[in-house]
Amino acid sequence: MEHDITLTVNGRVESPTVESRTLLVHALRDQLGYTGPNVGCESGKCGACTVLVDGDAVKSCTLLAVQCDGSDVTTAAGIADESGTGENGSDDLAPLQEAFVEDHGLQCGYCTPGILATAEDLLAEDPDPDRESIRRALKGNVCRCTGYQHVVDAVETAAAYRRDGDGSDGASGEASD
Amino acid sequence: MFPARFDYYRAESVDEALALLADHDDAELLAGGHSLVPAMKNDGREPSVVVDLDDDDLRGLDLGAGGTSVTVGALTTYADLAEDDRLAQVAPVVQSAAREVGDRQIRNRGTIGGNLAEAHPAADPPAAVLAADATVLVQGRDGSRRIPAGEFFEGQGQTALTDGEILTGVEVPGQQEVGTAYRRRTHPATGYALVGVAAVVSAVQGTVLDARVAATGVVDRAVRLSAVEDELLGSSVGDGLIERAAGKAGDGLDEERLRSDPQASGEFRVSLLETYVERAVSDAVDAAESDGMF
Repeated sequence: MEHDITLTVNGRVESPTVESRTLLVHALRDQLGYTGPNVGCESGKCGACTVLVDGDAVKSCTLLAVQCDGSDVTTAAGIADESGTGENGSDDLAPLQEAFVEDHGLQCGYCTPGILATAEDLLAEDPDPDRESIRRALKGNVCRCTGYQHVVDAVETAAAYRRDGDGSDGASGEASD
Repeated sequence: MFPARFDYYRAESVDEALALLADHDDAELLAGGHSLVPAMKNDGREPSVVVDLDDDDLRGLDLGAGGTSVTVGALTTYADLAEDDRLAQVAPVVQSAAREVGDRQIRNRGTIGGNLAEAHPAADPPAAVLAADATVLVQGRDGSRRIPAGEFFEGQGQTALTDGEILTGVEVPGQQEVGTAYRRRTHPATGYALVGVAAVVSAVQGTVLDARVAATGVVDRAVRLSAVEDELLGSSVGDGLIERAAGKAGDGLDEERLRSDPQASGEFRVSLLETYVERAVSDAVDAAESDGMF
């Protein structure tokens, strides 16, 4: 069975035709070319495929695309690009992304788009999370390179940037304090 | 990894879903999908039809008069339960368990109804609804019925639901006069509970008047620990009562039903269970004390 669905991805309206069994991550990556979410464990544990659906962080490998018909989807790239088109190599990084660059919150980067989506969800709900809250929020995002110290640092820095309205105009190399 | 092919239908009411289930022999209900979709990808579950229950009436909390009970709609997400202040007042043990489920992304999408109907033997909410003495609300083509939580869980993936019935919600009695707690040890591989314990305790002047303690992860379904409850009941808190009660945690568990895997044998789970019973009951007693019951 096929379904004509509508997704608003990073602000752009998309109308793919999907099978019942098509997972959201495959609709995004393979049909629509939004390669932000990565396919990792395929069993809902690693979080590399995390995107925001209607503002909530979800694992796009554990959702059917057709379940999300009519939803607003934001990938890691959509967090970055204020023009809303995303995935275009824009260097217009959001404060959250700046913070990951500055604090070395990634090594290979495979888990990073998922972590950014989860962190975005956290910071939207709690603008000033403590380190324990950040760790708890990121439980469903596995990183096999860095450990989590720098990831947590980066989310803390991002929270400070956002509270201070700083860090959105290029890497300054300065943490706000 | 892809699920096998199936036909997807979205049902915007329980009646519509019931009709779809009746029309298709091997249909499965999807209520968030965080058990079903992984099982369809990795565990060989291959329904020919999936009915996505998407009825807004099944989302959210409905408070009974005076906080005497709360009815939680089946499609309420764990995240909604975790954040709802009314639930913290009326049925905190359910909230505590919801906060422990999976991770943030799973809590954003998974639902209490899906969880209870799936009857995973290491899921957190079943222990909480048992300890809360809740009632499962069910609708079928011939009408609705109520199933006490204590009669609902029958085994791994097995419940008192019959073919074609839909779990529409769970009614939880108000727990204001008690202390409650949920404590769990997370399974290192699955993220479910290795052992989880929910405790609901009420007391007057240091004497336990009522105690309900339930465990998940240990046997093939969530169970009440009646030996622990009996030890607590009518006794004075102090003089090692909680430790003594926790020592009974394994009593009455069916050894044939003990769960075991490479991370934790059945014996180890029972050993952990004693520790987690002690922690949960202690926390529940502390919560009751802070409400001035002791």
